[in-house]
Amino acid sequence: MSQIKTVLTEPLFSKNPIAVQILGICSALAVTTSLQVTLVMCLALTSVTALSNTGIALIRNHIPNNIRIIVQMTIIASLVIVVDQVLKAFAYEISKQLSVFVGLIITNCIVMGRAEAFAMKNGPVLSFFDGIGNGLGYSVVLITVAVIRELFGAGKLLGFEILPLVTDGGWYQSNGLLLLPPSAFFIIGGFIWVLRTWKKDQIEESEFKILPNTEHSGGH
Amino acid sequence: MSANNDSIQKTLIVAVLLCLVCAIIVAGAAVSLKPLQVANKVEDKKKNVLAAAGMLQPGVSVEEQFKKITTRIVNLEEGRFATEAELAEIKAAGLDPQKYDQRKASKTPELSKPLSGDEDPASIKRMEKYAEIYMIENNGEIEKIILPIHGYGLWSTLYGFIALKGDMDTIVGLGFYSHAETPGLGGEVDNPSWKAIWEGKEVYDDSGDVAIKVVKGPAEPGNPYQVDGLSGATLTSRGVSSLVRFWVGDRAFGSLLTKLKEQGA
Repeated sequence: MSQIKTVLTEPLFSKNPIAVQILGICSALAVTTSLQVTLVMCLALTSVTALSNTGIALIRNHIPNNIRIIVQMTIIASLVIVVDQVLKAFAYEISKQLSVFVGLIITNCIVMGRAEAFAMKNGPVLSFFDGIGNGLGYSVVLITVAVIRELFGAGKLLGFEILPLVTDGGWYQSNGLLLLPPSAFFIIGGFIWVLRTWKKDQIEESEFKILPNTEHSGGH
Repeated sequence: MSANNDSIQKTLIVAVLLCLVCAIIVAGAAVSLKPLQVANKVEDKKKNVLAAAGMLQPGVSVEEQFKKITTRIVNLEEGRFATEAELAEIKAAGLDPQKYDQRKASKTPELSKPLSGDEDPASIKRMEKYAEIYMIENNGEIEKIILPIHGYGLWSTLYGFIALKGDMDTIVGLGFYSHAETPGLGGEVDNPSWKAIWEGKEVYDDSGDVAIKVVKGPAEPGNPYQVDGLSGATLTSRGVSSLVRFWVGDRAFGSLLTKLKEQGA
């Protein structure tokens, strides 16, 4: 039980896949312009991670070592297609906005990373919760980014107007930069900064030190 | 992990079984969800037609609202409704005239022709022979007509509808349902207040030439042929301008609209 709790809560902040391992930020840039789309994307990624982890953990003792990556990819890809089909059937509008990004979950490093690092060595139940936990860790970052981008970029949250825009006769001058992908970089950077100020053990040691420049340091 | 996992035999068995199971899951999902997906696509298109005509009411089923609308296939070259023989031609090319897919038709060699240079201000490369249009009729007279339009903006092809009044001249509404322009700049083509500018503008001038235009910066006040350009999106504005001009022009719906106008008058 305590193990399940650990694998569920650790990825939220102390081992967050985006903030600490810097995995899966590609989709974090693309789908975070509106909160609604982000929520669906988080749900899709969490379910794929959880189910692929379970599936791989179930057959982990039978996976031949030299084709293990292909086996993992096949399972992940199948699940992603199923999720994409379900979205197209039940949430057509949102699936149109997510477009290729659902398909790109296949190459999302978090899913592969958890399959290879966790599900290959642990039982199905624990792997399932590890998938959920990492999906939630991903969601925490994405939702934070999406709230900031939609609120200050478009003046709305979940499509409801919060800050009336100047263009619609209100007072809020929207920040267009926040609707463009690079802004997600700044917000994720800020998120990591805050997280590492709070949890000091995440600060990495410098790998090397740059020596001070001296007058006699080499020929040229 | 046992050592015999890596034998060729085991590798093959695992690979084949895995592929089989995955294939069944994927195929099962695709087949069982297909009807829902097709229904969604059809409904989405209808919704966009209604939205362009300014008739979309939230809360009322799209199917119910669409009952007022007549759908017709049009021969663009001749500027008239398609004949039975032409509908059969569409069918022979593998498309269902009942659920006419214009985007697919423009890629089908039998149903389209290439456009080059000057002929192609909207950069659509190939133009379909037939288009699907929508009409709202009242006592035998056309009240509104909704035409599909598309063309290149800055990054992407914009797909949408333009709705005209029964005089085949006054714009009722314009809307794009599929594009990938920059959000906040070119993406402002979706902005309701910009779309509202189009309402009441006129497509043709007194001599019958295409006059509607998206200008750079604000339009002259009171000019019925000019629409404000989107700030920070010169190329998208230019794209929208040329695609609207192309589709209401002689190479596309121009001759049909002239004919319908004469009949109506």
